[in-house]
Amino acid sequence: MADAEAHGHGGETRRDFILLLGNAMAVVGVGALAWPLIDSLSPAADTKAASTTEVDLAPIKAGQRVSVKWRGSPVFIEHRTPETIARAVKDDKVSMPDPQPDAERHQEGKAQWLVMVGVCTHLGCIPLGQNTGDKRGDYGGWFCPCHGSHYDASGRIRKGPAPKNLPVPDYRFVTDTRIVIGEKPKKPAA
Amino acid sequence: MSAMPTTPQPRWMRWVEQRLPIFSFVQHFNEYPTPKNLNYFWNFGSLAGITLVIMIVSGIVLAMHYTPHVDYAFDSVERIRRDVNHGWLLRSMHANGGAMFFIAVYIHVFRGLYYGSYKAPREIVWWMGIIILLLMMATAFMGYVLPWGQMSFWAAKVITNLFSAIPLVGEDITTWLWGGFTVDQPTLNRFYSLHYLLPFIIVGVVVVHIWSLHTVKSGNPLGIDVKSPKDTIPFHPYYTVKDMFGLGVFLLIWSIFVFFAPDFMGHPDNYIPADSQVTPPHIVPEWYFLPFYAILRATPDILFINAKLAGVIAMFGSILLLFFLPWLDSSKVRSANYRPAYRVAFWILVVDCIVLGFCGANPPEGAWLHISRAATAWYFFHFLILVPIIARVETPKPLPFSISEPVVKPAVARA
Ligand code: HEM
Ligand code: FES
Repeated sequence: MADAEAHGHGGETRRDFILLLGNAMAVVGVGALAWPLIDSLSPAADTKAASTTEVDLAPIKAGQRVSVKWRGSPVFIEHRTPETIARAVKDDKVSMPDPQPDAERHQEGKAQWLVMVGVCTHLGCIPLGQNTGDKRGDYGGWFCPCHGSHYDASGRIRKGPAPKNLPVPDYRFVTDTRIVIGEKPKKPAA
Repeated sequence: MSAMPTTPQPRWMRWVEQRLPIFSFVQHFNEYPTPKNLNYFWNFGSLAGITLVIMIVSGIVLAMHYTPHVDYAFDSVERIRRDVNHGWLLRSMHANGGAMFFIAVYIHVFRGLYYGSYKAPREIVWWMGIIILLLMMATAFMGYVLPWGQMSFWAAKVITNLFSAIPLVGEDITTWLWGGFTVDQPTLNRFYSLHYLLPFIIVGVVVVHIWSLHTVKSGNPLGIDVKSPKDTIPFHPYYTVKDMFGLGVFLLIWSIFVFFAPDFMGHPDNYIPADSQVTPPHIVPEWYFLPFYAILRATPDILFINAKLAGVIAMFGSILLLFFLPWLDSSKVRSANYRPAYRVAFWILVVDCIVLGFCGANPPEGAWLHISRAATAWYFFHFLILVPIIARVETPKPLPFSISEPVVKPAVARA
């Protein structure tokens, strides 16, 4: 082939280099074009904008659990009784898959308000326990029927395939009995 | 391409052939030399192909009536069933067709396992087949989400959440898959787009599957190579007619579901519109995913891997290991008819897969959990340990000399 002569005898030639450079540029170009396509599948601006929910806690009686919708998923809110809190704190020291003391699961001085995303950390089902008569599992918290995960009075995973505790979302007390879910709590002034 | 047909050709045919060798291409299919001893298990490939065509045709028409929106999807499918002319038929054909497709393909795959179709020189045929199986699973899963019933929604939620098991980037991947914070409008919309696209990708892979097959030629129940033209017959008319007969039986069974039991294989909860705030008490996938669902739920913590990730790895691994089968099974004898030990192992595997199916349909508690674990362990034991060992220690039965021999010899002996 005439081509072979241009390559000279052994060693690299300018043509090899240009070929390599051309191909490399094509790969970079395709990559640069692929990114907008891939990124377009991530949550859009309007989806992200609709991401806070305000809740009035005043009507929730001690011992009562309610669900509100936040970012398309339920958030579990429980007005915990002193007995429930005591039960949760008592278990702080036992071994569990995702150890966390009860104090880290509520905001400071608000131990009665447990606020968690009600989505099982296994594969995303909604655990039972919000309605009277629901199964609450072996630890009196929540029970996920999909593959049998048991959560305790603090929403911590105790038994079953779920790897993590029910997540506590960012939320902020705007007044003593109103919260905004999806906003970071104000840092107490130092 | 081969030479022009020997029969005299009209001039226009020759004119076309010189520019586009379409007639010799068709002739290649007609004359494709096929072993003369194929049994009915060799029908399922063409059945799957025809099913794919029926799915695409019925799907395209359904798509003309379907609305991919969380507020209208459920109602649009109900409208298809009640108001669209013959919509009930289209929907029933398509929904039951998904299941019939899996019946055909599963039998096709087990045929391959029994007769050693994955062995040289058919490895690439086998690999293309596994890719088709994976694509089919993705397609059927996304199709099942489209009617937006309770089972649709929660299937979407649970299956997309499988990806959250991936360390570090898992959560980001699920958010990206959803296009939001949970399964919602963006998810339904993209699933619809992909459900439309993937079947055409499957068509492409099927072309490669058959291209490779026609290069290495079909296997046969004896598992020995074709020795002479005496061992083969032309595909047309011998196998076209046999395939048509098989198709007739297959369509009859399909029709029983379509006309007399359209919801037999479905789950009643999928007639409840999707509710993102309430999970049905007992969620199960379609029957053709049950064995995999059982493996997912049965897997416990393994060493430092938590149960969630281990389950996901085991579930995908159960299919991916099929890619390695050509090496795991090093026996040169293809057909299980001549492999007494492998044959027993094969039938135990069949039973094991059926047991896994029942496990997937029941809650993973009590005895079911133990059975699921044992059956899952056996599945992996079969492929990763038993098959390689049998291949090394088994003494196969003597193989016939040629495909014609067992047929011709006894006839001669009788004469
Ligand atoms: C590999 C081939 C295919 C498979 C395995 C498949 C599977 C499925 C399944 C299991 C469903 C859910 C049925 C139900 O429960 O209602 C479905 C629905 C649907 N499919 Fe497909 N499908 C295939 C090809 C296609 C194609 C090519 C199109 C369009 C071009 C399509 C369009 C639709 C539509 C619009 C629905 C929603 C309506 C309904 O639920 O009946 N499908 N598909
Ligand atoms: S989703 Fe809750 S246990 Fe699997």
